[in-house]
Amino acid sequence: MKSLKASGHQLSSAAAQIDLLEQQAATQQRPPFRDQLQSIDLFPLRPTGLDVLQINVGKMCNQVCKHCHVDAGPDRKEIMTRETMQECLNVLAQTSIPVVDLTGGAPEMNPNFRWFVEEISKLGRHVIVRCNLTIIVANPKYNDLPDFFRQHQVEVVSSLPFYNADKTDRQRGQGVFQDSIKALHMLNAVGYGQPDSGLILNLVYNPAGAFMPGSQVSLEQQFKRVLLSEFGIVFNSLFAITNIPVSRYLDYLVASGNHDSYMEKLVNAFNPTAAAGVMCRNMISVGWDGQLYDCDFNQMLDLTVRVPGRHISEFDADALMQRTIIVNEHCYGCTAGAGSSCGGTTA
Amino acid sequence: METYYDPADLKKFGQISEFQKELADKFFSYYGAVFAEGALTAREKSLIALAVAHTVQCAYCIDAYTNDTLEKGCTEAEMMEAVHVAAAIRGGSTLVHSVQMMNKVKQVSM
Repeated sequence: MKSLKASGHQLSSAAAQIDLLEQQAATQQRPPFRDQLQSIDLFPLRPTGLDVLQINVGKMCNQVCKHCHVDAGPDRKEIMTRETMQECLNVLAQTSIPVVDLTGGAPEMNPNFRWFVEEISKLGRHVIVRCNLTIIVANPKYNDLPDFFRQHQVEVVSSLPFYNADKTDRQRGQGVFQDSIKALHMLNAVGYGQPDSGLILNLVYNPAGAFMPGSQVSLEQQFKRVLLSEFGIVFNSLFAITNIPVSRYLDYLVASGNHDSYMEKLVNAFNPTAAAGVMCRNMISVGWDGQLYDCDFNQMLDLTVRVPGRHISEFDADALMQRTIIVNEHCYGCTAGAGSSCGGTTA
Repeated sequence: METYYDPADLKKFGQISEFQKELADKFFSYYGAVFAEGALTAREKSLIALAVAHTVQCAYCIDAYTNDTLEKGCTEAEMMEAVHVAAAIRGGSTLVHSVQMMNKVKQVSM
């Protein structure tokens, strides 16, 4: 399977995605997202803090998941350079942002990934790596990643959309579940997810289809029970994440005839509490080329932050704290039901 | 083509209060309480609802509880087994009544 970009798909264009989302909203005669925020006095949406610097170090990935909002894959060559990473480090050194969240693609495929993690660790910041698990077993050179993560006390956050092979492989590719289980055993073996180890292993659940996630607490109980009883695997927390209608997931919705009904579900489930707690209010997202965004989804839609300096080299924390966060129809994904963020539910 | 069933009507369920608010409010309050976590989990209740939906052959309920069981992380195998439970009870109910038929046959036959 190729990425949308490599296959020349219309929805590989951010502008085409935004057009489609806005046209669908107009056709369905539903309230634009900004009107929903306005109705609860949240528009314009403003930051509440700057707690997380989420850095997308590249779109290259060993997997081609059907729902990927990054449109990542082996055919994506966009990779953050060491120079841009250094600019990120400069920003961290000049600020007190406590958490650095590394994502991709498979961030470990960036040739400077380990150096970057080491340098962030030297600055005393908490590092999260969004590891797709299979990268650990994809090549012998990645087999020592669990130990590398342990050495730097990295928090590992890994997608596992279900506790069986059928649903997982349908979303993430043939054989992904089996490889994920192998990788989870390797992470557990060095202490990840084990009680009192201090090594945090969190899993991410996202629905394998056009429906919303159920109760995070209930899903976590099921995952813990089945993964322990059937595979002897332990982990800390499960983050239930709603699929955002962007990129390949948007393509799936359209191709399967679910776009209208899915958006309707999200809109009907609009939750003011979740809207107040959206992750874009306390984070900045950095693209592989150093451009700044309100979140990873805005990044994929080419919606750079609304401040004069939009590159990591021009990072101005004061200006960013005064900015207006850009919202559009895809934002309904983060405000539906119990809310959704890179750390799970928000309400 | 007009049909008796319109999928869009499922979303109008709450509108039954338009003709009788007090009873509708009581019903929806009761409904919410029934499906909350209790001695049974909300997940188990959803699977029961899916099975009953097939027994009463309610298209709205099948739509709603297929979605609900998926949201609650049920597998396709669990969902189909729930429907088989409904089918077994329904089939068993038919067949166990054949004892009445057999009794009657024996009563009236030489």
